[in-house]
Amino acid sequence: MGRLLDQHFPVVALAPLIVALLVLTVYPALQLVRMAFSDVGIVSGGTTWTFVGLEHLRTLAEDRTARIAFTNTFIFTIVVVPIEAALGLLLAYLVNQTRTLGAFYKTVFIVPLLLPPIAIGALWRLMLDYNYGVVNQALLAIGIAGPPWLASPTLALPMVMLVDVWHWTSFMFLIFLAGVASIPQELGEAAEVDGATPWQVFAHVVLPILKPTIVVALMMRTILAFKVFDVPYLLTGGGPGTATEMINIYIEKVFFQQFRVGYGGMLTLLTALILSTFVIVYQQLSRRAEAAR
Amino acid sequence: MRLRPGAVIRHGVLMTAVLVTLAPIAFTATTSLKFRRDIISGRFFDFDVTWVNYQRLFEGTRAVFGQLTLNSLIAGIGSTLFVLAIASLGAYALSRFRLPRRVSALVLGWLLFVYMLPPITFAGPFYLIARQIGLFDTPAALVIAHSVLTLPFAVWLLQSFFAEIPRELEEAAALDGCSRGGTFWRVALPMTLPGLYATAILTFVFSWKDFLFALVLTSTPRGGTIPIGIASFVQEWDLRYGEMAAATMLAAVPAIVLVLFAQRHIIKGMTMGAVKG
Repeated sequence: MGRLLDQHFPVVALAPLIVALLVLTVYPALQLVRMAFSDVGIVSGGTTWTFVGLEHLRTLAEDRTARIAFTNTFIFTIVVVPIEAALGLLLAYLVNQTRTLGAFYKTVFIVPLLLPPIAIGALWRLMLDYNYGVVNQALLAIGIAGPPWLASPTLALPMVMLVDVWHWTSFMFLIFLAGVASIPQELGEAAEVDGATPWQVFAHVVLPILKPTIVVALMMRTILAFKVFDVPYLLTGGGPGTATEMINIYIEKVFFQQFRVGYGGMLTLLTALILSTFVIVYQQLSRRAEAAR
Repeated sequence: MRLRPGAVIRHGVLMTAVLVTLAPIAFTATTSLKFRRDIISGRFFDFDVTWVNYQRLFEGTRAVFGQLTLNSLIAGIGSTLFVLAIASLGAYALSRFRLPRRVSALVLGWLLFVYMLPPITFAGPFYLIARQIGLFDTPAALVIAHSVLTLPFAVWLLQSFFAEIPRELEEAAALDGCSRGGTFWRVALPMTLPGLYATAILTFVFSWKDFLFALVLTSTPRGGTIPIGIASFVQEWDLRYGEMAAATMLAAVPAIVLVLFAQRHIIKGMTMGAVKG
């Protein structure tokens, strides 16, 4: 028996992974599809399923909040991703040029990435608190009455974006740091000898070399930005009203607060489909980037 | 150090970024050490240091953070062990043996796909399944759910580490009469210890960071984790600033420890998704 197992070791080694993936990912994915086309009732000790065809799609067509949630998520993504990329690239470029304190900068800049997002939400929730947050207390000290940052319909979404930039710039920094470090120093030095300014070196030497990395990083971060949940959940809960409603927050509400399991399934399925398109495009692009290297 | 204008500007920008990064954490750390009166009156520096906020998290009949911390640790350690076992075997098979190309491409492609989907995709189905099999509101449900979160990158990461071992070592072991299983256990695994460390650290951190699955798969402190405790402060009418700040610092402990002691191990894994794929 032992020898037989050993002969087929590759199969034996791979089997647990395959089984785990089937049970933990493929089966739930199939259930999600089934959910999207059913009404699911939760009764004691089980569930009841009724097939309803495309009814949930019809519900979606008339669902204003869902439309707002999708729009907000798009706006959020389009705003934060380029800012994080620009800041991350700037920091990576500067850190790569310093020998003194380089390790210190790197250490500090990866901290936000290791913190639980809910803790990041809490940090900023405390700082931006209307009454006792440090921001408004500091403003008061110089005679300004601070606004309710998170309860204002116009300020809430920018605040959520700001916190996201604080959180995710470190991710871009790490990716670009690897990219910048792989550029031979001589290239920049040669350009400087030829009389190029530091900005010209950056724009005409560094940027073109980094282009594939930048494309991949932007795509990757876009995919991740779509997952945004924890921080706005804690900061605003999607409010005030629907000002910071995001897809994932709305799905959680539909699913777990309104118990519309079937409709929640349809919303989830659509989100997954949108993201799948992104993922497929991303994989094509990164393969091309790999080939260009 | 010779000071050039370029260097001054460079360090000026970087130091500003350091300040922006650390200020919220420093501010919360001090808040967690203040009495309520010092928080309300806005004393930034001249406040009396107290541990009362931390005590309130853990002591008293309504204190839940002892249980929540235990659950966070169970979910983190449990899912890390589970994922390491499955992923190391699977990654070894994928990187070392000539499997039919279709099989390995399908498995790796599916893993990457799962990694990129929002976790909410699995939240709904997991909720129904957990209720059906009676795991709802238990740390065990989180062990399983967090494994889905971390299995993809664990396999990818370990695969890249196994690929770096010279094949000759394993061939030598085989010549010496070592079985294939024995070669994996006695040669390949010890050679990838740094990779296993990195994977274990990241798996634990991802589990520790999770909020969504804990939110949907638990409903009481019996199964909840630290992030659930932090989020529940916000639901209260009267925000308990000091305790919320203390709980936030508690949640930040692994991040602080890792940055100080295991930084080298984690950087490779954290950018993996962007480099591979």
